Amino acid sequence: MSDALSRDDVAKVARLARLVLSEDELDLYTEQLGQILEHARDMNSLDLTDVLPTAHPFGVTNVVREDVVTPSLDREVVLAMAPHAVDHRFAVPRILGEAP
Amino acid sequence: MTLPDGWEMVVGLEVHTELLTRSKLFCGCANHFGSEPNTNICPVCLGLPGSLPVLNREAVDFAMRIGMALHCTIAPSTFHRKNYFYPDQSKDYQISQYDLPINSGGYLDLPDASRVAIERAHMEEDTGKSTHLGGSGRLAGADSSLVDYNRCGVPLVEIVSGPDIRSSAQARLYAAELRGILIATGASDGRLEEGSMRFDANVSVRRPGAPFGTRCEIKNLNSLRSLQRAIDYEALRQIELIDGGGVVRQETRHWDENRGETSTLRVKEDADDYRYFRDPDLVDLAPDQAWQDRVRAALAPMPAARRAAVVALLAAPSEAQLDAVEVVIDLGLERYVHGVAAAGGDAALAVARVANELAADVDHVANLPVDAFVSTLAMEQRGELSATQAKTVLGEVLRHGGDPRAIAAARGFEQLSSDTLGATVATLIASNPDEWSRYRDGDDKLAQFFIGQVMKLTRGQANGKAVIAELQARR
Amino acid sequence: MKSATQIAADVRSGTSSATAELERTLTVIEQRNAELNVFLYVDVEGARAAAAQIDARVARGEDVGPLAGVPIALKDNLCQVGVPTTCSSKILDGWRPPYNATVIERLLDAGAVAVGKTNLDEFAMGSSTENSAFGPTRNPLDPSRVPGGSSGGSAAAVAADMTAVSLGSDTGGSIRQPAALCGLVGVKPTYGLVSRYGLIAFASSLDQIGPFAKTVADAALVLEVLAGHDARDSTSLPEPAPRLVAHVNDGVAGRRIGLVRELFDGADESVVASVRAAADALRAAGAEVVEVSIPELALTLSAYYLIAPAEASSNLARFDGVRYGLRVSAEDVTAMMEATRTAGFGAEVKRRIMLGTYALSAGYYDAYYGQALKVRTLTIDAFARAYQRVDLLLGATTPSVAFALGAKTADPMTMYLNDVFTIPTNLAGDPALSVPFGTGEAGLPVGVQLLGPGRSEARLFAAARVLEIADGRP
Ligand SMILES: [Mg+2]
Ligand SMILES: [Zn+2]
Repeated sequence: MSDALSRDDVAKVARLARLVLSEDELDLYTEQLGQILEHARDMNSLDLTDVLPTAHPFGVTNVVREDVVTPSLDREVVLAMAPHAVDHRFAVPRILGEAP
Repeated sequence: MTLPDGWEMVVGLEVHTELLTRSKLFCGCANHFGSEPNTNICPVCLGLPGSLPVLNREAVDFAMRIGMALHCTIAPSTFHRKNYFYPDQSKDYQISQYDLPINSGGYLDLPDASRVAIERAHMEEDTGKSTHLGGSGRLAGADSSLVDYNRCGVPLVEIVSGPDIRSSAQARLYAAELRGILIATGASDGRLEEGSMRFDANVSVRRPGAPFGTRCEIKNLNSLRSLQRAIDYEALRQIELIDGGGVVRQETRHWDENRGETSTLRVKEDADDYRYFRDPDLVDLAPDQAWQDRVRAALAPMPAARRAAVVALLAAPSEAQLDAVEVVIDLGLERYVHGVAAAGGDAALAVARVANELAADVDHVANLPVDAFVSTLAMEQRGELSATQAKTVLGEVLRHGGDPRAIAAARGFEQLSSDTLGATVATLIASNPDEWSRYRDGDDKLAQFFIGQVMKLTRGQANGKAVIAELQARR
Repeated sequence: MKSATQIAADVRSGTSSATAELERTLTVIEQRNAELNVFLYVDVEGARAAAAQIDARVARGEDVGPLAGVPIALKDNLCQVGVPTTCSSKILDGWRPPYNATVIERLLDAGAVAVGKTNLDEFAMGSSTENSAFGPTRNPLDPSRVPGGSSGGSAAAVAADMTAVSLGSDTGGSIRQPAALCGLVGVKPTYGLVSRYGLIAFASSLDQIGPFAKTVADAALVLEVLAGHDARDSTSLPEPAPRLVAHVNDGVAGRRIGLVRELFDGADESVVASVRAAADALRAAGAEVVEVSIPELALTLSAYYLIAPAEASSNLARFDGVRYGLRVSAEDVTAMMEATRTAGFGAEVKRRIMLGTYALSAGYYDAYYGQALKVRTLTIDAFARAYQRVDLLLGATTPSVAFALGAKTADPMTMYLNDVFTIPTNLAGDPALSVPFGTGEAGLPVGVQLLGPGRSEARLFAAARVLEIADGRP
């Protein structure tokens, strides 16, 4: 398992998660997350090399629906929820870069 | 275009195609292009808290059809989440297949006899669409953007080729052939102008035999012409860069159609950490043999096979005829050619008529049953209709429907039936004995005299070949 | 107070009315909500209209369903049309869902009356209901103590006699732990038995909705209404709802029950004593109780605190200020998303989002998330092996009785350790319930936990009923 969590790691993770941390928060979270990850190292007490991962406890496969159109939501209802809507669309401040 | 001596381009294409399902990939909203903004949205595709996706069976069928047409292996697959924040992605993650795609390891044979490997053809969902306000209407310089989620959740298949393409012309050929295949499977309408098919090109250059160079990805090319131009531009740009002592940076680039050049969009960096993981809201997809067999049985023949079947009807086809065959296949109209051939007619004539007259009014072919086409061409071959008349009759049936014989009759073309023609020729022989005897004695030039007379009497509606046949019969 | 079973019988027979039952509920809420902070929203008008409609239908002689006129409280992470739904977070400020969760539709179809939305740890992340943007909920049995969490509001609603039954959600113990701390029956069903459609996700592969009740029969009654396949949830079990109420009195004669050392080791003395007494009671009722050890369970806490945050980091990405809820303005869209999320989420939610983001990020996935998924496999296999030898497992629900407000807020790890006995079944997807048995410190209730293999709910209720009787609640 990798080395201890650094302040830079936390800063990078916060950026990825679209959160802004103050300097104090950065210190606090580095310590707290570090503790939790430290605790997680107990998983290394077992040799898990040959164990397959399980992402989900659910064993059923091929759950599909038929290709049938069902009613959509009323546009006015949807746009009424929006923090800002213009011209029947959701309005956002300028986008700085293209989608990946 | 050819590259400077000693250089080779290496191109791989990622092609996204929307699927022609009625509803979206994970919800029942209509999959429909051109609806009023934000009218085809529900809790699922709008990513409302608490909503859950359920996979569309038809989208799986289409994905398998595409995989089968591309000779892929169909395997048990899973859905992952690709996490990134972006306003047109309603959940701020895209559901996409990742390490276990439904289709992998296929190939596509091109008409120029080259083969391009298909690495994978996986399912994923489309994003919404933003309109940019202020500035030039493009993303750069806009003050704000408006988002329409109608397209969010529309099913896509992303087809990823191997790095096997070596010229922009080959890239174009690949894209065109793939488009034909997608249309033939029924999975896509192939409408580039509506964005239902979009190309990303990975381009690098190298000295032949050298290892692959650093590649750049050109995003969102939406016509075959842009694809070809952008690849050429990008390959040359990289060569010039390297020749000038520079290094190619791995980056994503944008193609500006008006200026005819690519420019940097994003440099690959830390931010491209998509934290892929299995979507816990969806279960594994593992179509069994029976499901796969059902899909395979419903698969129509692909363009290559259809092309070969038509070409086989032609004796030593010319380049022009092969081009005409391509038009016939592109439009999916070869049933007319096969109809004529089955009735013992002239397949080459049929190809010509389909590639010209039918292609010109392709939206109305439903008005023209195959047997109507066959009988029109038979009348033309028998000389009952001139070429011009046959085209007129086809045009009329395409526009309004109806029986070709009745239309020919209504237009007075029926005077040219062989009886009428025979009677006319007999009259002319009787009234021009000198000319007739000279013709009989072998002066073939006089055929033109008789044709001219027949044309005069029939107000120009006779078939020259039929007149000669009639004269020959009486010689 | 009257059980839900009794209320439904009275309303159906005309002995009582939905309106009368609702008014009694509203009166208690009026009396105690200010002190306990149980309900974030009481839908007085909607509930009165629904009750009146039920009464009208009863008057017409219609069968209004098994929960006829039963007032029910709903954890505020369940979507209900037109009713503010907050997850106890500022980020959902002002949001009213345009659709109903499947469980709410099923409750309403069964004749229940939805009273309002109860407090929780923000996005169900917590074990004390102190992580709420709207203040902590207090334990009705001792208001200086926590009710447990994250479904603390729903537990407190029943413990305070506001409603006879309520709904919670359980990702790592969020129903069973507050049930134990408030002296209630709380059930975490088999994964997939109850549709998650309309439950605002915390960790999708672990979340399950379940009931709180004062009696085993009431819990079975509510779960029977909730359970059964839902086409809107791909992870919903394909079979129809099981019969549960009919099996409540099946007893445990002939059952083999494993007393799991790892599920009470380290707990307070009074808790251990209750668990041992429960084993005796089951034995007295005809079960064979054997001591078992499942060492793999020692690793489940670590695995859980990587898997749940990883899923949560993705599930909570959609709260970005674009489509609904809070928006904090900024110059560009990225800054707007950052400002919105920074202002809208509380400290515990941020902690888990960052933890999960880290566990999934390039370079760390294998060491953390990947490793946790392997521990999950070991957990599933270990339980499966245990269930080859026994029908059910027995342990403690929590290490202690209800603790004081503020006692465990300083350090996240201390709080997380509260869930050490409840987490394993969430990882396995198996059902478990907590039933009160005996008392501990300050006369507060202790919960014992019964665990079973997938789809064994009927067996669990029958065993819980045995303990209920043995504990003096016939
Ligand atoms: Mg893609
Ligand atoms: Zn939708």
